[in-house]
Amino acid sequence: MSASADSTTPLVLVEDVHTYYGKSHILHGVSITVGAGEVVGLLGRNGVGKSTTLKTIMGLVRPSHGSVLLEGEAITGLPPHKLARLGIGYVPEDRRIFRLLTVMENLRTGFDRNGVTEQRRRALLDKVFTYFPVLAERRSQAGGTLSGGEQQMLAIARAMMLEPKIILLDEPTEGLMPRMVSQIGQIIDVLHKEGVAILLVEQNVPLTLAASQRVYIMEKGMVRHHCASGEIDVNNPVIKQYLGV
Amino acid sequence: MTTAPLDKSVPLSKPLLSHTAVFWIGFCVVMAILIAAPLALPEFWRRFLTEILIWGLLAMSSDLLIGYTGMVSFGHSAFFGLGMYGAAGALLIHSPPNLWLALLFGLAGAAGAALFVAYFSTRLRDIYFAITTLIFSQIFYVIIFTWTPVTGGENGLIFTRPHLSIPFLYDARFTSTTMHWFVLAVVTASYLFLRRLTQSPFGMVLQSIRENEARTRAIGFAVKRYKIVSVLLSGLFAGLAGVLYAIQNQFAAPDFVYFITSGDTVIFNVMGGVGTLVGPIVGAGFFQLMRELLSRLFGDQFPYLIPLGAVFIVMIIFLPQGLLGFARRWLNR
Amino acid sequence: MDAISHFFHAIPFDLIVIQTVNGIVTGLILALVASGLTLIFGILDVVNFAHGELFMLGAYVGALVVASTGSFWLGLLASAIIVAIFGAALQIVTLRPLIGRDPLNTILVTFGISLILQNYALWQFGPIERKIPEPIEAHFQLFYLQYPWYRVLIAALSAAIIGGFWLYLKYGKFGVWIRATSQDRIMAQAMGIPVPWVFTGVFAMGSAMAAASGVLFGPLGGVSHTMGLDWVLKAFIVVVVGGMGNLGGSIAAAIFISLLEAYAAIWLDPSQAVIVSFVVLILTLLFRPTGLFVATPK
Repeated sequence: MSASADSTTPLVLVEDVHTYYGKSHILHGVSITVGAGEVVGLLGRNGVGKSTTLKTIMGLVRPSHGSVLLEGEAITGLPPHKLARLGIGYVPEDRRIFRLLTVMENLRTGFDRNGVTEQRRRALLDKVFTYFPVLAERRSQAGGTLSGGEQQMLAIARAMMLEPKIILLDEPTEGLMPRMVSQIGQIIDVLHKEGVAILLVEQNVPLTLAASQRVYIMEKGMVRHHCASGEIDVNNPVIKQYLGV
Repeated sequence: MTTAPLDKSVPLSKPLLSHTAVFWIGFCVVMAILIAAPLALPEFWRRFLTEILIWGLLAMSSDLLIGYTGMVSFGHSAFFGLGMYGAAGALLIHSPPNLWLALLFGLAGAAGAALFVAYFSTRLRDIYFAITTLIFSQIFYVIIFTWTPVTGGENGLIFTRPHLSIPFLYDARFTSTTMHWFVLAVVTASYLFLRRLTQSPFGMVLQSIRENEARTRAIGFAVKRYKIVSVLLSGLFAGLAGVLYAIQNQFAAPDFVYFITSGDTVIFNVMGGVGTLVGPIVGAGFFQLMRELLSRLFGDQFPYLIPLGAVFIVMIIFLPQGLLGFARRWLNR
Repeated sequence: MDAISHFFHAIPFDLIVIQTVNGIVTGLILALVASGLTLIFGILDVVNFAHGELFMLGAYVGALVVASTGSFWLGLLASAIIVAIFGAALQIVTLRPLIGRDPLNTILVTFGISLILQNYALWQFGPIERKIPEPIEAHFQLFYLQYPWYRVLIAALSAAIIGGFWLYLKYGKFGVWIRATSQDRIMAQAMGIPVPWVFTGVFAMGSAMAAASGVLFGPLGGVSHTMGLDWVLKAFIVVVVGGMGNLGGSIAAAIFISLLEAYAAIWLDPSQAVIVSFVVLILTLLFRPTGLFVATPK
């Protein structure tokens, strides 16, 4: 049992993590916290290590140094399927829905777990179909036939089936039309209201600042800046420095 | 004090002997032992040692493909078998049986099989290639097994051993000792040739193909051609081993063309260490010695392949580089 | 005109029908074997060289159970279950440590396992062939032959087992897990699917299918320690011709090749009829290397 799961123990704590891809040193001592129910943004240009940070938390990549804790317990090195069951949902860049499975089957992969009663499954499905009516319409269609925006919704809905404590969202607005971008913002709000924590990796600064309570800014595998979202806006020199073209 | 940049090409302390010197000294020591061996060993072990060398040559030929080009082939039984039958053909047709004719026919037979396999090798990668070579060796097996009038079918062929004849210089029957020396000479020459080859620019390209085929092609090398040549050479040396086996044992049987022989070859490679050339010879020796030991300890009927198979599996999981794998870099310099 | 009618008279229609039936019977058994192989390859990325030996083991277990209980059905069931458990144990001990490594390693390891199992069978059961008695004695008239009903039964059973697995893959709970794992192993894990256990489960399924085919084949040919070798080779040919990882393709290819071989056996010696499958393979590799029954060649 953890020492004390009080309000000061963050939900997720990434501590001084170094990660390599082969010989490439991608993360140089990254430390991040996400509190329960918090929306935290992770900003930075392409290739600075934002996705790798998420992958390290999800156990898809093993850090060579440092640790990851979930509610005070070390989870570094645990396989992804255990982490999913412990309550970490993962929505990767390019969505990666199961293209040959139907929408319904995609969702099933998330709730075919032990201890989930038929009732709870139905409740979960109802909730997801309420938030994403288009998925209800297309429930028997193969995932690969959905549009980009619909696939993004499916990817998020699929993660919600795990009833996660935190969802790791990797660039959800990439390649989406402006109308869909604002929809993503609404979905994040809804999840936040439900008490699900979110670690949001994005390049869309206004969306991230609006949706999150705190932001980290990364460059070259390190965290360079950390503040409350309310303290800065798009025109802030910090943003220009680390995200400017 | 000036700080000069660390120059990598200047070793901090000069070793007593250069790498080349150590290699050649080691080589001479091993050769001396192998040359003297038949004089000291009883008949059974003399032949045993000769057979290890022959299997070693077969395994070494396969190492060119597996260890250096990165292509796993289960087709070596076909090359070996055709070398064997080719030699058998020459020894049965021509009278008196001629050693060099046997070599010629055997190598031609193996080359034919190798060309056939090579053609398909360039169109398939990895697992598909491995499976297909296996199936091809079975094709040859079926042909040999059923074409009884030519190949003797199930019973194989029996023939007499030719004389060791060097035109104008020497002509006498083989004794088990001179047979051993002949085989040793052939195997050693093959090793030196292959060693030279793998260290040449050609060999470097092969290794580059093993590491990253796409990149090698992107750089501009005609990967197809290199692969074909690699398969051809590998097949030729395997066929050579087949010829030696035929001469040593005076029979050719379809069993050797069955894919299990290819499997055994791959086992020798893995046990000894791929990519070392000598590793497979050591692997062949290790395997045969273990087999002999087990049959002496537990009797002829003992299924020696059960413990040996287990050792093989354990080695793949825990010691994938094989017995000589640790020396791989060193042997290839 | 006369020549044409002579030609038609020369075609042994009755033999062709008989061989068609025979071809379908062996084809369905081969399809069952190949399906297990394809399943294992498609989902675990493992070329299971030991598949033929699992077939052989299944036949032996079946023979033993039938000999002691007198029931063919019990033999079939027991064999499938025992070999499935054995296969699972095998996968956990020898293949799990190799996950993530070069696929070549799994070929070598399964080859090693096949050697061990073959020699074990020879040692334990001896070189003499065993028999599994026919489950049904009845025959029916097919032209001039008394054709045994049990052959039709075996074909039907093979088809039923294949169909059963196919349905389970499509609609069963673990079916969704298996399909998700084969499409995207990483996201399957991210969805909480215990992928290492899915692998074990699939290997067990494939082993059960191989064992069942062994028992089904038992009454047709004998049970011997070398029976696995011929079948595994043919199964590999079927898998390559059908398109690796393509279940439907494997089944079609199995029946196609078996039919061709059965027809060839009318004119050729049976041990030479085998050449047919080799020719089909070579033609496939030359003209449609991704598989004869794959929709569009990549």
